[in-house]
Amino acid sequence: MGNLSLTVRRGEVFGFLGPNGAGKSTSIKMLLGLVKPSSGQAFVLGAPSDNVEVRRKIGFLPEDFRFYTWLTAFELLKFHGRLCGMSAARLRERVPELLELVGLTPHREKRLRDFSKGMLQRIGLAQALIHEPELVFLDEPTSGLDPMGRRLVRDIIRAERERGATVFLNSHILSEIEITCDRVVFIKEGQVVGSRDLRANPDGEVRVVARVHNVSAETIAGLSQWSASAALDGEILTLTTGSTSSLPHILRHLVASGGDVFEFRPQTVSLEDQFLKIMGEDRGL
Amino acid sequence: MGAWIMAGVTFQEAARRKILWTAVAAGAGFLALFGTGMHFQVKDLASHNVPPLIGHQVQVAMLQVGFYAVDLLAVVMTILTSVDTLSGEISSGTIQAIATKPISRWEVLMGKWMGFAGMIAIYVSAMFGGVSAIGYFIAGVRPHNAERGTLLVFLECLLLLTVTFACGTRFSTLANGVIVLGLHGLAFIGGWIEQIGAMTTSPHLVTLGIVSSLIMPSESMWRRASFEMQSSLTRSIQFSPFSNASAPSPVMVGYAALYLLIALAVALYNFQERDL
Repeated sequence: MGNLSLTVRRGEVFGFLGPNGAGKSTSIKMLLGLVKPSSGQAFVLGAPSDNVEVRRKIGFLPEDFRFYTWLTAFELLKFHGRLCGMSAARLRERVPELLELVGLTPHREKRLRDFSKGMLQRIGLAQALIHEPELVFLDEPTSGLDPMGRRLVRDIIRAERERGATVFLNSHILSEIEITCDRVVFIKEGQVVGSRDLRANPDGEVRVVARVHNVSAETIAGLSQWSASAALDGEILTLTTGSTSSLPHILRHLVASGGDVFEFRPQTVSLEDQFLKIMGEDRGL
Repeated sequence: MGAWIMAGVTFQEAARRKILWTAVAAGAGFLALFGTGMHFQVKDLASHNVPPLIGHQVQVAMLQVGFYAVDLLAVVMTILTSVDTLSGEISSGTIQAIATKPISRWEVLMGKWMGFAGMIAIYVSAMFGGVSAIGYFIAGVRPHNAERGTLLVFLECLLLLTVTFACGTRFSTLANGVIVLGLHGLAFIGGWIEQIGAMTTSPHLVTLGIVSSLIMPSESMWRRASFEMQSSLTRSIQFSPFSNASAPSPVMVGYAALYLLIALAVALYNFQERDL
């Protein structure tokens, strides 16, 4: 890891994106005290990451969740609840509630060794939420899930946000992140290399290709307040701007400067396009 | 509290994965065989008109063989059942969901250790009790200081359990098994070398045996237990291979206890400091 510095706001669904080997899972493990940083410190909810008490407020679904396969789904949740200090009376209510939430009520007495990968992922998610944590780390929560399972995870994440919990989500499935997260950061080689606020600016960057006549160099220079990348090649003007809200201003500027606009085609940049642009080409692992 | 929950789940795991029941079945099988053997020995001694003193010594030797077999069984059970518990859960990632719960790492380790220690205590007590009962009810012989002998063998198993835990925090399951069995093997051979050295009055062999016991004092606990469980008459006759011509001193018992505590401290430190 490099000089990774992250701030996650309370109550938001935060997406943590990066290619394989970028250090996403390692970062999460450091934040949870599973891995010790060779230097520097990690603070979670205002306390050092290895603080035991702060873990009462944290839930964690590890990537490729594994657990004692000789336990039943009911026993697993009860065991995790007890580790979190929950009373027997509370667990009697909470465990069936969670099994229902993740759709495993019919399998409550089945041992985990008989579970499919998707079912293990669901029970893993349930154990992360057993104690109603303030902050939930989900490492690849939808891997191994079918479309219904993915929808379920999305709904659970939304419900957690409505409850007031903060969700720290690490996923490779960018379409899921795009739907679920409020904000994302991109990391590469252990460092933050970009971010995007998906709630305030859902469309993200917009690329515009326009066919224009009579556009002077001064007019192009005047576009710099909305775009740093405006370029004219013959009659084709290309530029990228940070938000769709800039589009009327750009169009007005071109026309007011005496330009003739024959075509004006804005194209929003998907999270995947942005991810690929930031990460560069795949050089293998 | 977290340690007790982990101890409980360790017990539950042993029962659910049939480890406990397999050990119980193997132990019951052993006791049945031993009882049958003792029964025929008593019958044969009577039919051959063996003098009572010699007959008694033969039966005492048989009892020692029973205890020795129980000791070996307990040692093997201890190592085989616990060798995978830390290294296996670390390598598979199973430990991650537990270690991120609001319990300290020392509670996770101590909980597992207490679970295994509890199971070993039950096993050793039941097997020693079984062998003693067979000796008493079939042949009318009883060991001296049976409780002390049982405690010493329990200490031997606890020592091996703790060394297995300490190595499990650093090495893979396979390497851990090889190291602990290798260390106990060294102690085992060293014990016999010391014994033979004492019988043949060879100080070099005795020294070699003592050095091996210092490297791993597990086997010396059995030899002390065997010494404690025999009468002074039996010891002086040196009738059986367990007569202990050179019995480890009580200082060695203290050394073994200290060794255990240091191994436990190493296990706790390694587990606390390592990445999971």
